[in-house]
Amino acid sequence: MKQELKSTKFGKYGGQFVPEVLMPALEELTGQYEKYKEDPVFNEELDYYLRDFAGRPSPLYHAKQLSREYGVKIYLKREDLVHGGAHKLNNTLGQGLLTKYMGKKRIIAETGAGQHGTACAMVGAVFGIKTEVYMGAKDTVRQRMNVYRMELMGTKVIPVKSGSQTLKDAINEAIRDWVANVETTHYMIGSVVGMHPYPTMVRDFQSVIGKEVRTQIMEKEGRFPDSIVACTGGGSNAMGIFHPFIDDDVDLFAVEAGGSGLKATDKEALHSATLCAGEDGVLHGARTKVLQNKYGQILESSSIAAGLDYAGVGPELAYLADIGRIKPRYSLDNEALEAFHDLCRLEGIIPALESSHALAYVKNAAASGELGDVVVINISGRGDKDLETVLGMNK
Amino acid sequence: MRISEKFSELKKRDEGALIAYICAGDPTPEGTKEYVTALVRGGADIIELGLPFSDPVADGPTIQAGIERALNGGMTPDIYFRMVGSLKVHIPLVVMTYYNLIFKRGLEKFVKDCASSGISGIIVPDLPAEESGELAGLCEKNEIDLIFLVAPTTTESRMEQILTRGTGFIYLVARLGVTGARSDIAVSTSELIRRVRTDTPKAVGFGISNGRQAAEIISAGADGVIVGSAFVDIIAKGKDVPNKLEALASELKDGIKIAR
Repeated sequence: MKQELKSTKFGKYGGQFVPEVLMPALEELTGQYEKYKEDPVFNEELDYYLRDFAGRPSPLYHAKQLSREYGVKIYLKREDLVHGGAHKLNNTLGQGLLTKYMGKKRIIAETGAGQHGTACAMVGAVFGIKTEVYMGAKDTVRQRMNVYRMELMGTKVIPVKSGSQTLKDAINEAIRDWVANVETTHYMIGSVVGMHPYPTMVRDFQSVIGKEVRTQIMEKEGRFPDSIVACTGGGSNAMGIFHPFIDDDVDLFAVEAGGSGLKATDKEALHSATLCAGEDGVLHGARTKVLQNKYGQILESSSIAAGLDYAGVGPELAYLADIGRIKPRYSLDNEALEAFHDLCRLEGIIPALESSHALAYVKNAAASGELGDVVVINISGRGDKDLETVLGMNK
Repeated sequence: MRISEKFSELKKRDEGALIAYICAGDPTPEGTKEYVTALVRGGADIIELGLPFSDPVADGPTIQAGIERALNGGMTPDIYFRMVGSLKVHIPLVVMTYYNLIFKRGLEKFVKDCASSGISGIIVPDLPAEESGELAGLCEKNEIDLIFLVAPTTTESRMEQILTRGTGFIYLVARLGVTGARSDIAVSTSELIRRVRTDTPKAVGFGISNGRQAAEIISAGADGVIVGSAFVDIIAKGKDVPNKLEALASELKDGIKIAR
């Protein structure tokens, strides 16, 4: 079931739907990635940064109070404790190192809430590579603190004023920049989305999450969990924890953002549940599930969690959903918010609103027996960034 | 009219082609009909009519704004094909759009709609040769040209693959970057024209906005010049649009004629 890098597709999904200008760069990137992913020197350096800079391995924590409340044995994979407060750094360290090895002089990236942008800024600073991040103008206002964090680390944040002024438009603008500067610049995509080789490469860099869980759960339980639950926007934390278990007898639940319900108009969706409610389409270089209207115009998505607020999803997830290997589910905004408070109150952990969607699903589904007896939930990030949103919702 | 007929007609006159782009429905479907007529009056040999997509990654700010105006004006693929079918022009019309709109409509239906509404060619900036097999087959069956882009970054092996697939004309991207008018012609342009060795006509686009640049492109060995943003800019300003479109088309066409 595991895909070889040579193939640009996952079943019918994936591919490289990009302007011709970029095709040689994608060929180069694929070749360089293939070369360095097996290179001992590269991997030793990556391991060093993952350990001493990012703080890996992240703990697998048995959440006793939450387990009692939700009625199932729950382990939390603590990606919220990774430097920067989210799993995003696993990928940017990998790609940042690759940028250095490829000799590119500049990194560009897109960011929604600013988590990936922040992880890029950290890597830009530590590796001494000029970094510029595109961010929807609306998001720069909503996430002012993250803009400041990036700027503190020497990254230039470029507000994007086109379209809906959110993540989708930031990606469009980053692609335009890359088209113009492809010879000197590496485009650091932050999720398992976009054109080949990004979905494969980002998944591989994030797979450190699932690899650690394999060892940790054996130490604690002497067996694999019955199920793993991860929130899914583009899907990088989900693929990261799922992938090492893909050939094992473990149920994998991808929990999307149901927003205020799975409804949509001709222009916008009230949710971001692409696997649950999207249709086949081509967005940002890949064939995948997308939220679109009957003509194929991409909808504006919506979610309380900015990191899940995207009208597409990783092509590998679309494939795994089609063949029944992963189970797409969703949690609504208010359910996520409730689960957010549960974890704060019961365990003294403030989760990201993104990760709260995974928690909310476990809360709802535990009683049905669907999750089995032992569940691992990926806490993909911490919630400090969300406090203003939560304050606003509680009013 | 097939694109190849137009180019052979021009060749007999030893003349380069002016290929003009505007976005259909910018700002209204009715306006587009009038603008197409004005461009033809000014001397456009082929017209590229953009079918607007919500996320146009290959386009710069000027054309993005045109696309946004068209979408806000209610342009859809259904309206597009109806409007194109009602146009009374005797030059080739080419649709330029992004792959998702073709994919969602269904490749076969899209190509058939092109054929029945009088479209002669299809340009899809986010569809590289690797992903184009199915569409290319349908285009061939329906006698529609599938036009491919080559860029200064295109490697020799890719170039070969693209040149065997491309029909109608080869779209040479004059420089790295998105669409948009610029004041200079890159050295890489003449280099690229030399590198594209084919009998299929070569048309150069991206960044061309006046008669002098058009002349330079033709002198460098191109068979045609593609101009988009400069026309869309006139539409954006909204004043005396048909006359200004005609005047710019005729300036460009004069430049193209002088060059030979």
